[in-house]
Amino acid sequence: MFEQLDQIFVLLNHWLVGFLPLALRPYASVLISVVVIIGLFPALFALTTVLERKGLGRIQNRIGPNRTGPFGILQPIADGIKSLTKEDIVPSSADGAVHFLAPVVLVVAVFMGFAVLPMGRNMTLVPMDAGLLFFFAMGASTELSVFMAGWSSRNKYSLLGAMRAVAQMISYEVPLLMSSVAVVMITGSLSLGKIVEAQNHYTWGFPHWYIFTPWGFAGFVMYAIAATAETNRSPFDLPEGESELVAGYHTEYSGFKFALFFLGEYLAMFSISGLGTTLFLGGWSAPFEFLSFIPSWIWFFSKLMMSICVFIWVRGTLPRLRQDQLMNFAWKFVLPYTMLNLLVTALWRFLGPGWQQWVYCSAILIVAYVVMARVGMRREHFGPRKYRYAE
Amino acid sequence: MLGEGILKGLAETAKNFAGSFVSAERLTTVEYPEDRIAPIEAARVFPILIYDGLDWEAGMRCVACQICEKECPPKCIFIEKSKDKKADALGKPQFYPAQFDIDISVCMSCQICVEVCPFEAIKMDTDFELATEDRFEGLLMDRRQLARPNAYYQQIHPTEAAVVDAHLAAEKAKADAKAKATADAAAAKAAAPSATAPKPADTAQKPGEGD
Repeated sequence: MFEQLDQIFVLLNHWLVGFLPLALRPYASVLISVVVIIGLFPALFALTTVLERKGLGRIQNRIGPNRTGPFGILQPIADGIKSLTKEDIVPSSADGAVHFLAPVVLVVAVFMGFAVLPMGRNMTLVPMDAGLLFFFAMGASTELSVFMAGWSSRNKYSLLGAMRAVAQMISYEVPLLMSSVAVVMITGSLSLGKIVEAQNHYTWGFPHWYIFTPWGFAGFVMYAIAATAETNRSPFDLPEGESELVAGYHTEYSGFKFALFFLGEYLAMFSISGLGTTLFLGGWSAPFEFLSFIPSWIWFFSKLMMSICVFIWVRGTLPRLRQDQLMNFAWKFVLPYTMLNLLVTALWRFLGPGWQQWVYCSAILIVAYVVMARVGMRREHFGPRKYRYAE
Repeated sequence: MLGEGILKGLAETAKNFAGSFVSAERLTTVEYPEDRIAPIEAARVFPILIYDGLDWEAGMRCVACQICEKECPPKCIFIEKSKDKKADALGKPQFYPAQFDIDISVCMSCQICVEVCPFEAIKMDTDFELATEDRFEGLLMDRRQLARPNAYYQQIHPTEAAVVDAHLAAEKAKADAKAKATADAAAAKAAAPSATAPKPADTAQKPGEGD
C-alpha cells in the first residue's frame, strides 16, 4: 500500500503509457513527465506568491491580501488575469528580437534544471550521471537572459540592473559550485540520484544527511547564501532594487513578459532549493527512519517548501546590501570559506570514521569562521572627507 | 560575531509573525472600507468654501478678493468676481464670487490659499474619498460643490474652528459697536445743533478703516 503510494506517479505514468503502441511509449512517458513538471511548478509558484505576500504581511504586523476568495487564496488568479490583460509594451529603441527572447530564455533555462532533480524515489526525469554539472550549466545560462533583457531594453536602469546582476551572479556562482563540490568529494558522484542514495541511511533512526556533518553544515550555510544571491532574492536583490533602479533589468517589460520574468525568478528559487535539498538535506529521504513509510515525494516537496519559507523569512528580515558590501562578502568571506571547506571535507574523508574527524573538522571550521569574519568583514573607518581646493 | 545580528533580526520577525496571529493590537493596519481610523484633526486634503447660516449662496464668506487665486502655486483656482454687491455677515456690502472653481486634479494641498485668506472663507477639507470616473469634469469642483456650512468646519477641525469663530465674533462685536456708535452719533447729530455734527462722525469712521 505505502509502496504503491510512494510510486503513485511512476505507476500512473506507466498506466497511461500502456495505452499507446510500444514504439511511442518512451516518448510519451517523457512527454507526460515534462507536462507534469511544467504544470506543477507554476502552480507551486502561484501558491508561493500568496504565501509570500501573506507571510511578509504577518512579519510586518499586517494582514496581507485577504479580499480575493477565502483568506485571499485566489489572489494569484487575480494577479495572473491582471498581467495577461495588460498591454505589452516594447520600447521603440529596443532590440525587438532579443527583448522578446530574454524572458523565454530565462524560463526555458530554469525549467531545464528540473530535469535532473530527483523529486522522489525513481522520480527523476533524466537520471543523468553528471546531473549536478548539467544543473549548474543550466543555472549559469539564466545570467545570459538577464543580460539580454538589460541590454536589449536600451534603458539605463535596465542596463545598470543587468550589469549588477551579472556581476553578482558570477561572483556567487563560484561559492555555489565550491560548496556543492564538497558533496561530490564525499559521494564520489555527480549523479544527484546517487547523492540522495548516499544520504539515505539511518543510524539509531537518525539520517545521514550531509547537513549533520561539520563540513556539510558549513557547506549548506554557504550554499544558502550563494543561492539567495544567485536567485536575486533579498537581501541580495540589488539587480532589481526598486528604490534605486526602478525594477532593474525588467524595467521595460510589461504584461505577460514581466510575468514570465517573475515566474522565472521563482522557478529558479524552486530549482536551487531543490538542489540544496538534494545535496545537503537528504533529497527525498525521510528525516527519521520510522517516518520512511510516508511517500518520498512528500518529503522532497515539504523540504522544498520549507526552504521557500526560509527565503521569505529572510526577505522579511534583512535590508538590501550595498554593492561593495555584496562584493566584499562574496570574495573576502564566502569564497575563502568554501575553499577551506573543501580542505576540511578532504580531511574528513581521510580521517575516516571516528571521533577525530568530528573534533578536528568542527574546530577548524569554527576557528576559521571567527577569524575570517573578524579579518575579512572588518569595518573600515574612513575619516571625514577632506577637500583640497585648487589654488 | 558575524551573523549574530541576522539571527537576532530573524527572531524579531518570527516574533512578529507569530504575534500577529495571537494579538490583534499588534496589527498596525485596519481593513479599510469596513474599519476606519478616526480622522486626524490636522489632516488636510483639498480646499472648501465656508458659509455662515443655512443658505450657502447668501452666507458665503468669500468676497472674491482673488488673493488665493493669485497666490495658488499650481494655479488651480479660478474666480470670477460678481458685478453687484451684497451684504456680508457684518452687513457690509461686498462682492461675491459669481464663479469659484478649484481643479482638485491640479491642487497640491499646500494650504497657501487658507493662509492668505483674510476672510476665513477657504479652509481645508479632510474628506479623501473623491475618486470619480470622469477625470476632467469630475475633479473640477464649482462653488456649489465646494460650499460647506461652518458647522461642518467646526466638526472636522474643532480646535482651529474655535479660534476662527472667536476671531470672527470679536470682529462682529467690533463692527456692531461701531455701527451702534455711528447710529448714536447720527442720533446725537440729529438732536444737537448742526454746526458740531461732522466731528464725531469722522472719529467714529476712522478705526473702521484699519480693520
